Amino acid sequence: MKYSIYAFLTILAFLGLSLMNVNEYIFFAGFVILQFVVLATAWNILGGYAGYVNFGVPAFIAVGAYSAVVLFKSISAPLVVQIIGGGILAGLLGLMVGLLTLKLRGIFFSIATVAVVFILETVVMNWRYVGGATGLQLTRPPDLWIFDTYTRMLFFVMAVLAVCSVSIARYIQDSFLGRGLRAVRDSEEAAECSGVPTLKIKLIACTISGALMGIAGAPMPMYLSYIEPTATFNLNYSISALGMPIIGGTSHWIGPVIGALLLATIQQVVTVTVSNELNVLVVGVLLVLFVVLAPDGILGLIKKWKQSSK
Amino acid sequence: MDNMRRKVIGTGTAALVAASVPGSLVFAQGAPIKIGMSMPQTGGLGAGGQAALIGIRMWVDDVNAKGGLLGRKVEFIVYDDQSNGANTPGIYTKLLDVDKVDILIAPYATNPTAPIMPLVKERGKLLMGNFSFQVNSKVQHDMWFNNAPWNDARGWSEGFLEAGKNAGAKSLAVFAADAEFQQNLANGAREIAQSSGWNIVYNQNYPGNNTDFSSIIRSVRAARPEAVFVACYPNEAVAIMRSVNEIGIGSQVQIFGGGMVGLQFTPVMQSLGSLLNGVVNFNSYVPGMKFPGIDDFFKRYTERAVAAKVDPLGYYLPPFNYAIGQMIEQAVNATKTIDNKRLAEYLRRTEFNTIVGPISFDKNGERAKPRLVQTQFRNVKDNDLEQFRSPGKQVVVWPAVDKQGDIITPFDRARKAT
Amino acid sequence: MISIDLLFEAVLFGILLGCFYAAVSLGLSVAFGLLDVPYVAHPALLILGSYFTFLLSKTGLDPIICGLLLMPVFYLIGIALYRFYYETFERRSSDTGVRGLAFFFGIAFIIEVCLILVFGVDQRTVSATYIGSSLEIGEYRFPYRMLVAFGIAIFLTTLLTLYFSKTFNGRAIKAVGQDEGALRLMGANPVKIKQLAFGIATAVNALAGAMLIIVGPVEPAMDRIYIGRTFCVVVLAGLGSMSGTLVAGLILGIAESVVMMTLGASWAPAVSFGLLLLMLGIRPQGLFGR
Repeated sequence: MKYSIYAFLTILAFLGLSLMNVNEYIFFAGFVILQFVVLATAWNILGGYAGYVNFGVPAFIAVGAYSAVVLFKSISAPLVVQIIGGGILAGLLGLMVGLLTLKLRGIFFSIATVAVVFILETVVMNWRYVGGATGLQLTRPPDLWIFDTYTRMLFFVMAVLAVCSVSIARYIQDSFLGRGLRAVRDSEEAAECSGVPTLKIKLIACTISGALMGIAGAPMPMYLSYIEPTATFNLNYSISALGMPIIGGTSHWIGPVIGALLLATIQQVVTVTVSNELNVLVVGVLLVLFVVLAPDGILGLIKKWKQSSK
Repeated sequence: MDNMRRKVIGTGTAALVAASVPGSLVFAQGAPIKIGMSMPQTGGLGAGGQAALIGIRMWVDDVNAKGGLLGRKVEFIVYDDQSNGANTPGIYTKLLDVDKVDILIAPYATNPTAPIMPLVKERGKLLMGNFSFQVNSKVQHDMWFNNAPWNDARGWSEGFLEAGKNAGAKSLAVFAADAEFQQNLANGAREIAQSSGWNIVYNQNYPGNNTDFSSIIRSVRAARPEAVFVACYPNEAVAIMRSVNEIGIGSQVQIFGGGMVGLQFTPVMQSLGSLLNGVVNFNSYVPGMKFPGIDDFFKRYTERAVAAKVDPLGYYLPPFNYAIGQMIEQAVNATKTIDNKRLAEYLRRTEFNTIVGPISFDKNGERAKPRLVQTQFRNVKDNDLEQFRSPGKQVVVWPAVDKQGDIITPFDRARKAT
Repeated sequence: MISIDLLFEAVLFGILLGCFYAAVSLGLSVAFGLLDVPYVAHPALLILGSYFTFLLSKTGLDPIICGLLLMPVFYLIGIALYRFYYETFERRSSDTGVRGLAFFFGIAFIIEVCLILVFGVDQRTVSATYIGSSLEIGEYRFPYRMLVAFGIAIFLTTLLTLYFSKTFNGRAIKAVGQDEGALRLMGANPVKIKQLAFGIATAVNALAGAMLIIVGPVEPAMDRIYIGRTFCVVVLAGLGSMSGTLVAGLILGIAESVVMMTLGASWAPAVSFGLLLLMLGIRPQGLFGR
């Protein structure tokens, strides 16, 4: 009961923020930060809970984004429909990738996910309708609901999506699915032997994870008023989406949230003040440091600090 | 570079802090007028962008020496978009919301500019175009004014195709990168070619980051075209010329080139050297063309460029970037305001006097009177930068009003011509 | 449509290209194929080798010489990397899968970004007498830079195959992947053997990097497409097969060259990744794997 109250209050808080008279750039940067909350949470469902490292995050984001473009261009679909469409198609991709590769060992799954990124990117680059490699300029519809600008509306929408994805992750964690995934991570063979339907739950996790990433990607074309493949399929999303949960802590749903809020905010500050590249360097260095020194992430550090201070 | 970074950090953080407090934006008399842009200073367009940037900075210094605009100092803010269109929406949002820029200049070239067109249209901001090609054709922003000396594909490829026809060529090969500029130009050229009776024997697109053109050049050669029209960006241009040299394009080719960006950048010209010979390509200015006041500009430019270790000749972009500044200056002084809408109205109806001649705009924001030339590289030696200072290395072959010599065909003969 | 002539030329070019791909994948074949290290940072180190070659060649040395000179440096880098990986991950075997992968992924990105910060995103090339001209045989033209890369590739593959079959250390490396315990009984220290193998794999990368920048311009983000090409070759070959790497490379090279000729260059990036997925789906142990 307590959690749902917190979730509701969070959504209200973001609604209030979106209506306040503060600098527009906060919403522009905030959108990206919230997007990473969704991506980190989504990644963690398969990566943290089950131990399958998905490098192909951009593929799912792009499926979400390009589905939104197609829906928008063909039937002028409203934002909600774009998001749902993007989520469904990305989920389907997750299912297909899972069917193809989840029988393989860890690293093969990861390499296969990279392959999906490049193959889809090549397909999109040859698809004139969505702009091909040149890209597509998009005009935002004038419908702003109760907000002053489109960016503010997208900011609020992304906040709602973030709360939803975290709720889904929390639900999975405490459910039968979560227990099964943890069993797979600890020892897949043992899990099989004790009757856990490992393939089935891995597929479910892959599908949900993919769908959530697609949902995070769907508002992007409207956010930029422009879409093109190289940026959308950029592997930088992978390192961030896997770095944030690992840094935050993979065993609990709050880990990716902490990692994403912390890291994405640092990234946005760095982008505004110094340069774009340093973003990736920050994530890369922190990722390596945490993986080597603090494998349980910030959550693990907090736990250790609590124990030692007892 | 470091100085600029520090200045950017200072401006950025100060602006971010100041601007987060609502209602704190009060323009005091004497507050600077901010002009902002992103410029490709690294990446494929970097060589051109760095030179262009010096042109703009020269204008900023000149106008501030005269007392600024409307009695206020001009503050110039510039970022590096790395020739990557994916970076420009974020940069221009930052310029508008964090740096609170008053007047925007577009990044050099079409591909970094295309992504920001919807953004500036939605925000109702004036955008001074910078050598883009047909980038406003889909968005139709009414506050866009492009300094480039061309208008549409007709003005560009007509000269090339005419020269080819005069040499007896009937078959055409077209290849271009799959990116905004290259596609805009190639599509235009294809339409013109088809409507004037050319036989198109090869028509391909390639990905913008392609580095190996062996298979494309081989296929072009196999199609036996008599004219080859290429629309490409600098990195591709270099790779294509190297490939043509390695593999050969076929002895029946009369004329090669057309829309190759990058062959105008001095560093590229210097590194390709004799590989350039025979290519017929577009340009905005080559030695021998008459523009009043431009020699003095180049003298001052060279001093700054040498100190900054950038292209010392500065023919292609810098004077036109200086002209952007001149147009802003004249518009602001005439309308006595920095209100973007009023400036746009003034820009639409006025003919400006600049160091690259008179500039006026049509209803799309493009040049009303294009002045693009097609030149042929002749007798270029390797590793010699100074050779490009004198006329004769890039001979203007079209249009008649600027012509410096007749085109030499076929392509193979032109490569060896002296 | 496509003439037989053109197709034949595409295949010939594909052979040259394929041997090049095989050579740049040799290091991965050893590190991942034989040692089972999730070495996704391999292409990043390849590009690093190219950039070091670029720097060294500014002194006037031929790029191949630069590559050879860099090999001992990269050997040491390889040993250090493996040592670190072993101490941190392989020893404490909990959760190595995710962490090891994340570690190397992080290293790859760090290398790429550092290259961008130091060199910028501009393309870099080297020059040599053999770059820019071709060998003419009848109607066909073979660029010398491809022939040089082809030659180095054959040389490296032969060298490595001989090393792994004829020398004690080489055979030990092959054995350590299959049965560590037995190797220990034979008196060899498995950790030292793996270290040696990783060092060799990274040293090969130095020369492969030199080849890469001879064949064409390099930029920091190129490691991404090469993840596909190198892993495609290694998976296609089957883990643990050196000569298989050459065959797999040829298959990839010819496939890419023919696709570029028929469907166009815009489909080329999908070839390596597509072949990779296909292999993983149908026959994950590769063509020659154990």
